[in-house]
Amino acid sequence: MITGTPKPIEEILEMLEPYDNIVVAGCHGCVTVCRVGGQKEVEVLSSTLRLARETAGKDINIKEVSLERQCDPEYVETMRPYVEDYQAVLSIACGAGIQFLAEKFAKTPLLPGINTGFLGVTERQGEWSERCQGCGDCVLHLTGGICPITRCAKQLLHGPCGGSTAGVCEIDKDVQCGWQLIIDRLKSLDQMDNYAKLKPYKGWNASRDGGPRRIIREDMV
Amino acid sequence: MLEAFENGADGVMVIGCLEGDCHYVSGNIRARARVKRVYSILEKIGIGAERIRMYNLSAGEGAKFAAFANEFVDTIIELGPSPVNTMRARKTAKAPQEETT
Repeated sequence: MITGTPKPIEEILEMLEPYDNIVVAGCHGCVTVCRVGGQKEVEVLSSTLRLARETAGKDINIKEVSLERQCDPEYVETMRPYVEDYQAVLSIACGAGIQFLAEKFAKTPLLPGINTGFLGVTERQGEWSERCQGCGDCVLHLTGGICPITRCAKQLLHGPCGGSTAGVCEIDKDVQCGWQLIIDRLKSLDQMDNYAKLKPYKGWNASRDGGPRRIIREDMV
Repeated sequence: MLEAFENGADGVMVIGCLEGDCHYVSGNIRARARVKRVYSILEKIGIGAERIRMYNLSAGEGAKFAAFANEFVDTIIELGPSPVNTMRARKTAKAPQEETT
């Protein structure tokens, strides 16, 4: 899922300074699962904003909505009938959702209520960690299902560096060495031959180096 | 919790089961974490964290509940109306004056 963290309330209040009639828009997708942008968070944030503004003597009217997904046009369109009745939309979806709303509603300022994080997994309730950087050229079949691009701080592709000590990365004692994890896993799978395979230089053109990416599936368009 | 303040509460008491004795296993621990989040929100928006408090009690501790309630009510009386209610009272007091001028 795409993860995120709430922006500090002070920053949101500063963004909202010029407005007194807004929409707070949540999303039922990833941000609901990582508890940062779903219906419940829309309610908590809206309540917080109303209380803060009323205490400051500058009341604010808020329409609370939560779309099925802010990254799909059919759900975004459900906002069109009323969006221009408001001065701005504060979205607590991921950066993709916020930008999609901005593209669709040309006359309405879009404000981000969260900081979008990474593609990750739920370790336990309230804790998420990164697993994928979307590099566009997956090597997980060779690395025991553990991503060296994400799990190695240097994104190395041919084994651990000298900063790996007792399975821990030099960047932080709480970060496991990605390559140690890969080797341990390959050993347990009896796939160490994968470690010995010479791999050509990774093509980063499928990653961010080629600019904003696009997927077109001819069988679906 | 925040809705209670929006609806005019000057303070909010949250009561959970005794820790380790919750029917929902960790429900009261999670509730405490949520209350802590609201402390931080109230502090940041100028209402004050002291206006919300969580207590842990069993259903059989009526006398203790009454003592906690009295203690909290005393604290809130001492603190006075919440800044939101103060602002609302100011507005209400102002409104008739504006009508007469």
